[in-house]
Amino acid sequence: MAVEARRVVGPAVRSREDQDILDRPRYSLLNDTIKRLRKNRVAMFAGFYIIAITLAAAAAPLVTPYGRDEPHFDHTREPPSSQFWFGTDKLGRDVFTRIIYGGRVSLGVAYVGSITAMLIGVSYGAIAGFFRGHTDDLMMRFVDLMYGFPTLLFIIMLMLIIPPNSSTGMIMLGLFIGLGLVSWLNVARLVRGQFLSLREKEFVEAAVAVGASPFRTITRHLLPNAFGPVLIWLTLQIPALILLESTLSFIGLGVKPPTPSWGGMLSEGWRAMRTSPWLALAPALAIIITMLMFNFFGDGLRDATDPTMRGRD
Amino acid sequence: MASFVANRLVRSVVVIFLISVVTFAMMQLAPGGPFSSDAGGRPRAPEVQARLEAEFGLDRPPVEQYITYMGKLLFHFDFGPSMRQIDFSVNELLFGVDFWSDPLGSPVLVSAQLGLMSFMLAVAIGIPLGVVSALYRNRPADHGAMFVTTLGISVPNFVLGLIFILIFSLWLHWLPVFGWGDDWRQMVMPVVVLATGGMAIIARLTRASVLETLGADYVRTARAKGLRERFVMTRHALPNSLIPVVTVLGPLLAAWLTGTFFVELVFAIPGIGKFFISAVTNRDYSLIMATIMLYSIVLVIMNLIVDIMYGFLDPRIRYD
Repeated sequence: MAVEARRVVGPAVRSREDQDILDRPRYSLLNDTIKRLRKNRVAMFAGFYIIAITLAAAAAPLVTPYGRDEPHFDHTREPPSSQFWFGTDKLGRDVFTRIIYGGRVSLGVAYVGSITAMLIGVSYGAIAGFFRGHTDDLMMRFVDLMYGFPTLLFIIMLMLIIPPNSSTGMIMLGLFIGLGLVSWLNVARLVRGQFLSLREKEFVEAAVAVGASPFRTITRHLLPNAFGPVLIWLTLQIPALILLESTLSFIGLGVKPPTPSWGGMLSEGWRAMRTSPWLALAPALAIIITMLMFNFFGDGLRDATDPTMRGRD
Repeated sequence: MASFVANRLVRSVVVIFLISVVTFAMMQLAPGGPFSSDAGGRPRAPEVQARLEAEFGLDRPPVEQYITYMGKLLFHFDFGPSMRQIDFSVNELLFGVDFWSDPLGSPVLVSAQLGLMSFMLAVAIGIPLGVVSALYRNRPADHGAMFVTTLGISVPNFVLGLIFILIFSLWLHWLPVFGWGDDWRQMVMPVVVLATGGMAIIARLTRASVLETLGADYVRTARAKGLRERFVMTRHALPNSLIPVVTVLGPLLAAWLTGTFFVELVFAIPGIGKFFISAVTNRDYSLIMATIMLYSIVLVIMNLIVDIMYGFLDPRIRYD
């Protein structure tokens, strides 16, 4: 007859202390972080805003009252009203609609650019931090050298290479790659630092002793543990890229009209400042508030994972 | 110390060289050379284009062009002719036609003036703000200051400039919208706008650094020895807190310089930033290249100074 294997859970009757220990709420790292983040009301609000605006931009046709390029020639240059929430521009297009669609470009470019930078930087930093020695030395020297490059100038040059009459898709591709290329330095340094300290820990030694290949050690063991600061970096890099994209669009190097982007709308609005200031105010507020929310969330995340503040409240 | 300085110097030269190569390569890669259409944007006849290109030496192989360019730059400090504004050389555009008789009209000096004043403002306000914030940690003053600084780093300076113009010029009529050199009031908004971002970063960093220093052992020792609190702060805590701030100054200056472009654009200040932006829009390659080189050189020099200062302040770094 087969005997069923049964997991032994312990004596049927437990002592008072043991039961207390089992009843205590679980207190893992992730739990603690989430709990502290929840308590930070500013960060939670910022988080909701971020989710809301990302969804709005992604589902733009569902959220916007008008078409993106839909002109209303009998309602040009109108200030905000109940019909057009942010007013209309010189062609009678609804500014609110264009801001939401503009979010597609501005946010999309920021997200993809950050992820590109993360992919480049994390791989680079992981290799440098794991292998140390000459490899690390050489790699970090390159990074130090790259730090001397003025990033805005570099990306302006990059965008200049793209022919002026390319499609929106081409321009956005250029932006993804370009923004990624100028932003990977910080996260590379970060990851390298993390790896340098983490690789001394016992679990790495254990993994190597059992015969794990460098690739496996890096991906299965080191990377997950190094990820906290990278996440924080990500939340703070995204607003930086929103800014960069807006700057590029402002000087005419981003997506071309009629595709709206916050920087492009800002530059159009700036020219009409005297007569119709809402045209500049709407994209300005969009940029400011979005960046602010990302920064608040990133700050909150950083405070929540800061070991020195653990259990403060 | 000497080897440290020498090492940094060599590194700076290498970076400038690399930047010049990369910039030049990119200008070569960019589509539509300066003569494929005339200054008005209309296309040119091929023979005319070929003749112009030969005239400016643009039909030579890129490496030769580069060497000629660098030669002219290093030996004669000549950036070459502007490719869109046909009557002017780049030097005339950037440095002003009457450099020696009217130096303050020179775009380079205008930009330098703007940059310097905003830098001094940012440091003068940022550091005390950070220190006060740290001393009154978690009290309303701290929260208020940190909120303002978060705004400072979130709002891009041209956006802030637009808002300031809206409020202070168009609604309140306190300050003029644009211009430079005639009226001291014209300088208020651009300088403040440019200073805000840097000020925010400096304040935050100073606060973090002071907090860290105040928890350090040597400060405890000083207090335990019975030194007056003020003495402890000024002699021990403060100078050491400022070291990380100096480190961040290097990259910060880079962001600052590029910030001047947009402030100049928005406030119509006749500095190099404005020229750079219009050169980018018009694809005037020699002007673009010259401005990039200029900015890069200034940046590298500033970074060098900051590095050396840092090595001077913190002896540990010299044995790197």
